[in-house]
Amino acid sequence: MAGSIKDRVAVAGMGCSRFGERWDASVDDLIVEAAYEAFEDAGVGPEDIQAAWVGTATGGTGMTISEPLRLQYIPITRVENACATASDAFRNACYAVAAGIYDIVLAIGCDKYKDSGLSGLTDGSIPGPGHGLMAAAAGPPPASFAMLATTYFDHYGLSYEEGKHMIGRVSWKSHENGRRHKKAHFQREVTMDAILNAPIVSWPLGLYDCCGVSDGAAAAIITTPEIAKNMRKGKEPPMFVKALQIAMAPNDGNFNTKFDYMHVEATVRAGDAAYKEAGITNPREQISMAEVHDCFSITEAVTMEDLRFSERGKVQKDIEDGFFDLDGGLPVQPDGGLKCFGHPIGASGIRMLYEMYNQLQGRADRMLNPGLPSRQIKDPKLGLTHNLGGGPAGCAIFVGIVGLEGV
Amino acid sequence: MAGIKSYGAYIPYYRMPRSVIGAAWGRGGGRGELAIAGYDEDSVSMSVSAGIDCLKGTDPHTVDAIYLATTTPPYIERLNSNIVSNALDFRRDVRNADFGNGLRAGVSALMAAVDAVNAGSLKSVLVTASDLRMGVPGGEHENTLGDGAAAFLVADDAVAVEVEGSLTYSDDLADYWRMTGDEFIRSWEDRFGRDAGYSQIPVEVVKNLLGKLNLTPKDISKACVAGANTRAQTGLARAMGFAPEQVQDAQLDDVGNTGVAQPLMILIAALEDAKPGERFLMVSWGTGCDAVVLKTTDQIEKIKDRRAIKRHLAIKATLDNYGKYMRWRDVVPTQIRARGGISMSAEWRERKLGLALYGVKCLNCGTVQLYMRGSSMRAHICVECQAKDNFEPYRFSDKTGKVVTFSHDFLGGGINPPMTRAVVDFEGGGRGLFDLVDRDPEECKVGMDVEMTFRMTRTAENAKSYFWKIKPVRE
Repeated sequence: MAGSIKDRVAVAGMGCSRFGERWDASVDDLIVEAAYEAFEDAGVGPEDIQAAWVGTATGGTGMTISEPLRLQYIPITRVENACATASDAFRNACYAVAAGIYDIVLAIGCDKYKDSGLSGLTDGSIPGPGHGLMAAAAGPPPASFAMLATTYFDHYGLSYEEGKHMIGRVSWKSHENGRRHKKAHFQREVTMDAILNAPIVSWPLGLYDCCGVSDGAAAAIITTPEIAKNMRKGKEPPMFVKALQIAMAPNDGNFNTKFDYMHVEATVRAGDAAYKEAGITNPREQISMAEVHDCFSITEAVTMEDLRFSERGKVQKDIEDGFFDLDGGLPVQPDGGLKCFGHPIGASGIRMLYEMYNQLQGRADRMLNPGLPSRQIKDPKLGLTHNLGGGPAGCAIFVGIVGLEGV
Repeated sequence: MAGIKSYGAYIPYYRMPRSVIGAAWGRGGGRGELAIAGYDEDSVSMSVSAGIDCLKGTDPHTVDAIYLATTTPPYIERLNSNIVSNALDFRRDVRNADFGNGLRAGVSALMAAVDAVNAGSLKSVLVTASDLRMGVPGGEHENTLGDGAAAFLVADDAVAVEVEGSLTYSDDLADYWRMTGDEFIRSWEDRFGRDAGYSQIPVEVVKNLLGKLNLTPKDISKACVAGANTRAQTGLARAMGFAPEQVQDAQLDDVGNTGVAQPLMILIAALEDAKPGERFLMVSWGTGCDAVVLKTTDQIEKIKDRRAIKRHLAIKATLDNYGKYMRWRDVVPTQIRARGGISMSAEWRERKLGLALYGVKCLNCGTVQLYMRGSSMRAHICVECQAKDNFEPYRFSDKTGKVVTFSHDFLGGGINPPMTRAVVDFEGGGRGLFDLVDRDPEECKVGMDVEMTFRMTRTAENAKSYFWKIKPVRE
């Protein structure tokens, strides 16, 4: 069907570097780590790649990957869309294959923050017009996302303790999932006590309400359904793309009195568009699993409502009931999410798809830390990924849906 | 006849007990407290704050000039008064001038304004005086100096305080000085300044001025006399012939010596209690002495709603940490690494929008709105109806609002964590995201009332930048 990506392209191979504070690795090392895992998984070599899209929030041109991978004179486009960067690189790569221009393409996301000497994110913007004058326009991400919690707690009458417990439970679940994964940034068990008593970063958000700032890369080989099935003959099935949507907010939440600071409208818009594209009518029932943008615990909480996984104002019960736990009705962040797996801005979207890919193929446990319970979700059919680039008041939202063939 | 049409003042929110300074150096500190400018305040921002207080009810476009007096100018090449002028939304054709380099500069600026209005070349002049002087840490002057600002609107209509006469003796007696590059004040042996200067010259000036005007000390309601400490200041007033009840309290135990602003602030404190027809004497000191005799008119009753001195004295929080004070004043090095710099070209381009904080009102749908983005403050498309470039200017800096949401950031909190950021919905429409300052984190609530305050935002490339923040409304 024209106008929809559903089942027009498939993912035949994926790779993902170990995430974390990779003092041992340059961004080039991370790119090679992720790309060659994807090449080997798909059974292709760099010479088979006809075009590539690279997502990075800090890098330069397409040479970000052509140099470390020594790709030979193929077209490469560099994509930047804040935290939706990798997903948008993936989206553009899918469209090129769907358009019939290329058969086999690479989408890769990467970022490295731990050489900057700064904790947290670096200011990627160049000091220039208005920087000092309009300092109010900038500000650290925790400060802007914490405002979602302030308003949400106030509006729904949650006491500080109730609210903190709700968002703390979000992070607890992610650490429980992620610590089982060998490639996750954070590997240790984190208790609810530790979460609730952690130092405040941006009130009311504490340390464990904030995701890690990590180094990492993730890659996908995208091709036509026919070629994908051929490449994966005798192996696990390819992953089919069902929906790819981006919604860009007009960034007016800090200027428009109508914005309630309790939801993210662009997520609602992108989610609804993706459900329409994939033919989904009841996401809470039909989506098997999700990797969403949990830059902060409160972000994940309101995203559950924005994606219609929970009713408006009712996410607290779903969270506290364990509905989004690995063994719950709709597992969210099975690999630990940004919270525990880590968040190299330009890589996260493809890392999420990597988890969907492994879960759909029944291979989630191949990177299981020894002695810990299985991460494999039983019989998943459809997975959803979501990125939020920016802040609650204005952002780039990506919602993608992937699944098995014929679902 | 030119005179004072309105007055206003500013005393920073933070007060540091002298005992805190004493404790830092392992000794007693004396009684009372000092007003301490916040980490994001300086002589320019305090001038704006005093100006806002003074101009309550005045259309800023009617002011013809601003004379700013300070011995602690943020810029020594770039007109500080221009920054204040832009922040207060004065016209482009105002005559701006900086006065400085001596503690009498505040009174000099006031008299220059009176002369200009009397000469008929200007109708209305805002005079601000603000200082943020520092004694060397641990030294003898540290616990005498406070921060603050005063403002007078000088005009020839609706005069509330007439200037009856003045006398200046310019005597180059350098009891205090600073050379270019000096961060802290220097002084000669204190007995020289006191015995050969301060206790003699002002007595002479006041005697000769009162004689010239055929007045005696009994004709003066309050003597507003500058001074570094209460004992010297009251002793001087006594030597001039004033009874103790005629000596206006100089706020030395509440604020400290505010330099160029001090004589003006003492006068303002007296004017707050003044009735029509009362006569006041203002005396400055510093390489000479000015004395000015002033008399209130009926109009004085009409400007009693200023925060001025009394209300500002009550709006306060204790700074009980000397280390923070050292950090705020940039005396101890910080290793906070700036993310991003400032841009002089953007400041110029956005001077009206940024420094006077203008948004727009949509002429199509009526929606009032701000536009603040890293590179611009100029709205083109309406946030509500998406109409293009169909706006009229709308000033936000004089509006109050209510907090929609907020957070307290401890990690990216900069020089004085936590940094409180808040979204505010303005009375009359519009929304913005600002730093919330002069607040106790515990008092912050959704729905709290806030007002605008002009502050420093960043220092980079050895240049300062200013923008608006919000603070709780405290009357």
